[in-house]
Amino acid sequence: MTKSAKTPGVVRQQIASLSPSQRNILLFAGMGLLLIIVGIVQSWNVAFSILNMCLISAIMALGVNIQWGYAGLFNVGIMGFAALGGLAAVVVSMPPVEAAWAAGGLGVVAGLAIGIVTLLVSMLIWRRGQGWGRWRYAVTGGVVVAGYVLMRMLIDPSTMAIEAVDSARTGYLGGLGLPIMLSWVVGGLFAAAAAWVVGKISLGLRADYLAIATLGISEIIIYVLKFEDWLSRGVKNVNGLPRPVPYEVDLQNNSWFVALAEDMNLPLVDASSLVVKICYALLFTVVLLAILWLSETALRSPWGRMMRAIRDNETAANAMGKNVTRQHLLVFVLGSAVIGIAGAMLVTLDGQFTPTSYQPLRFTFLIWVMVIAGGSGNNWGAVLGGFLIWFFWIEAEPIGLWFIDVLTSGLPPGHWLRLHLLESAAHTRLMTMGVILLLVLRFSPRGLIPEARR
Amino acid sequence: MTALVGTAMTGGYGGADILKGCTIAVEAGEIAVIVGPNGAGKSTAMKAMFGMLDLRAGTVLLNGDDISDLPPQQRVRRGMGFVPQTQNVFTSMTVEENLQMGGFIRGDDFSGTIEEIYRLFPVLREKRAQPAGELSGGQRQQVAVGRALMTQPKVLMLDEPTAGVSPIVMGELFDRIIDVAQTGIAILMVEQNAKQALQIADRGYVLVQGENRYTDSGAALLANPDVRRAFLGG
Amino acid sequence: MESALNALILIGNYIVVPGLAYGCQLALGALGVTMIYAVLRFSNFGHGEIMSFGTMLVILATFALQSAGLSIAPLPTALLALPVGIIGAIGLCLLLDRYVYKFYRQQRASPVIYLIVSIGTMFIIGGLIRFIIGPQDRNFADGERFIVKASAFKANTGFSEGLAIKTAQGVTVLTTFAVVGLVFWFLNYTRTGKSMRAFADNEDLALLSGIDPDRVVRITWIITAVLATIAGTLYGLDKSYKPLVYLHLLLPIFAAAIVGGVGNPLGAIAGGFVIAFSELAITFAYKKVAGYLIGDGVLGDGLLQLLSTDYKFAVSFLILVVVLLVKPTGIFSGKTL
Repeated sequence: MTKSAKTPGVVRQQIASLSPSQRNILLFAGMGLLLIIVGIVQSWNVAFSILNMCLISAIMALGVNIQWGYAGLFNVGIMGFAALGGLAAVVVSMPPVEAAWAAGGLGVVAGLAIGIVTLLVSMLIWRRGQGWGRWRYAVTGGVVVAGYVLMRMLIDPSTMAIEAVDSARTGYLGGLGLPIMLSWVVGGLFAAAAAWVVGKISLGLRADYLAIATLGISEIIIYVLKFEDWLSRGVKNVNGLPRPVPYEVDLQNNSWFVALAEDMNLPLVDASSLVVKICYALLFTVVLLAILWLSETALRSPWGRMMRAIRDNETAANAMGKNVTRQHLLVFVLGSAVIGIAGAMLVTLDGQFTPTSYQPLRFTFLIWVMVIAGGSGNNWGAVLGGFLIWFFWIEAEPIGLWFIDVLTSGLPPGHWLRLHLLESAAHTRLMTMGVILLLVLRFSPRGLIPEARR
Repeated sequence: MTALVGTAMTGGYGGADILKGCTIAVEAGEIAVIVGPNGAGKSTAMKAMFGMLDLRAGTVLLNGDDISDLPPQQRVRRGMGFVPQTQNVFTSMTVEENLQMGGFIRGDDFSGTIEEIYRLFPVLREKRAQPAGELSGGQRQQVAVGRALMTQPKVLMLDEPTAGVSPIVMGELFDRIIDVAQTGIAILMVEQNAKQALQIADRGYVLVQGENRYTDSGAALLANPDVRRAFLGG
Repeated sequence: MESALNALILIGNYIVVPGLAYGCQLALGALGVTMIYAVLRFSNFGHGEIMSFGTMLVILATFALQSAGLSIAPLPTALLALPVGIIGAIGLCLLLDRYVYKFYRQQRASPVIYLIVSIGTMFIIGGLIRFIIGPQDRNFADGERFIVKASAFKANTGFSEGLAIKTAQGVTVLTTFAVVGLVFWFLNYTRTGKSMRAFADNEDLALLSGIDPDRVVRITWIITAVLATIAGTLYGLDKSYKPLVYLHLLLPIFAAAIVGGVGNPLGAIAGGFVIAFSELAITFAYKKVAGYLIGDGVLGDGLLQLLSTDYKFAVSFLILVVVLLVKPTGIFSGKTL
């Protein structure tokens, strides 16, 4: 390297002259560097917890990018689909509660079956009844009401019986007792099913209807998870979900591991939790790479080209005989499934299911910022956005607190303004994320890694 | 003095030129009609005179003043009225409200102008309280013309006023347009129904590919065997 | 006979009176959403937070007035403080329009971009509110609490059921009638109001007629801010003020606007009442009513409640779904202001 290459102007020129792929590698390397800095300055345990959440965020962002970047569909209900994934983790992995099943399992299953049958029958009647005039409404409505009352009559006593079963510990039906990693698939299916229903109703209408409908369904999903104790224990949370990786305690009792920790010159507790996190990181990386590879392959395929054609000019695509609504439905379902997978992975990582933790800011809005800042339409961009935004989401609070501390250092420690600012620091996140979103949209709408012009 | 004249107009919407040096003029109290095959640039020529596209070359004079650089809204203030081909009324507003909106830029009391328009188009007086969207096609066009007349323009431009209306309604509309011209307003219109339009035209322009092909009085064009054969279907 | 009247009073007390007030609050909110939609052509997800912002200012002003010892008892002091909230909300909306939305208008951005931008503003305003007043509950209703007290009603009429009307409910209904009346008068009988309708109806023709688009947009934001602040304050007086609640109000408000036909002000009002009454009627426990009408326990000892109150938001969603399936254009279809 010559001496002149070190002057800033030349460096800038060099960066500008980089090819897009070199630039992307640089961006990802920078991201890695940030994590390494955290590892050195804070601790490797912190770095790996951030990395694990980065990986999950990246998968969620990929799901949203499939909907938004490929098809221009705006999903305001990411939170709900992620929560459904979380529910799948509970339903798949927790051991079944035999007593609860005996108390009311049959009633709940029968009630749900009646609910589904009612829906199907009423839809059939509605479809058949085009020529019936006013009777169409009356008969459909009658069937719905009758079916609903019947369902409630079966379900209500059953759920009460279930919730009475040892309610401090269980009070719900439990799950199937299967390996939790299976729930990642099931979570995807749950989310896909919900997305199919929402999409079927609101796609093909105006763009905002999808947004409003997804907003609604996600709120309802959260309410169901909060209040249907027989299903998810509601606000009592489900704790102690089985893990796909070893437990820290087991590692600490393992002589081989104790020796390893001594070799690495780490305290045993730190070493065990670090290894657990690394195991998760490996699992998540595999999932992320698989989904990324699938998405990239799909995007390059003729189908991906068609999707982008539809997004860029819906009218023309319609005129060319493409069934736009059907393709949109497909993309919406696929994207939601990916979000569901990530939701299940998140609950797996946490080891517990907490319905109250699903906040739109954290689960809908943050993911949006990731996609937009990363680069809508570009899968690598979504992944980078997932990493970067999560990183700053976590690190913003210490930085913000420090900043306020410095800013108000002239004031006495008990001054009301200082106290108020310190107390409200958490809310600055809300604003910061909003500001980032607006700034990126305005000044760099294509994001960090823009969609490639193919 | 010629009320409105666009001289040697050249330009298009960004890409290739649609107009290639075409010239259109209309005198006060006269009806000028632009006809020609599809894609000849008829509507474009009129929009150019109204300032809805940027000209690369050529000038537009309104009563001798150069208005080539003015935006459409300013041209309205200077005395030009324009009736678009479609979506030319406020469908959810009543006939009277449509007329009031037409006079929006006028600071003075325009009730007298509304009265004049009702005299020109008596059916509008009957339907004054009805939403314009509920009227028939011909009545709607009258609302559209009435709306444009509210600014008391010296030049009125109509983009295919008879598109999609029945022959009877077309005849009626043309009668109304003659009435408007007789109040001393210069009328410039683009027409698909070339034969009928040239019958009421004092002056006709046949455009082909953005250039003037024939320019003459309406009657002369109708009598010209070349024009008849090529543009009027024999 | 008397038991039938008691059943009626019960329904009046738990559905009709609160439904009227809640319906008014939703109607005012939906009216704002629909105005923005008609003129700026996007669904403003920030609307709930604008309501919240205006209400917050009203609350702060109310506290200031209270500590200054000013009151208009028996009416709540908040009414006196309303102008402060309105002016603040107008300022906020105009600032947002100038520095956020105007750019996209000039770009002629697609509605989806507006949607995302509006969500961005929603979070910024939400953060600002929590920063200023904090996330907790605030009760700022003062003055006389009831117009008609349940106990007094019982004593005066001799019925065993009481009918209570809160001052906030009475104030809500009267204010809404006045405000809606003013808005409709403005839209239908003033030059500026008509120009707004013209712009909403046919933008190009409005421009051709010399209507200034910036002015129309500005006035739309001003009206929206006024409506939002009043709706938010009335809701806060009736229930209580909590920032998070206004985020949740977004769904019923959108549902109300869509049920009535987005862009149609009359529809927004009707939609507000449809949503409010359905929500209350579906989540009301009819056990006692049935007791009066057909005797206690005839229908078992269930609450006779169609849906638990936990799911009141699901009601707006269900109605929304039914409307989207059956008549996506809403009851009063068409984009008309």
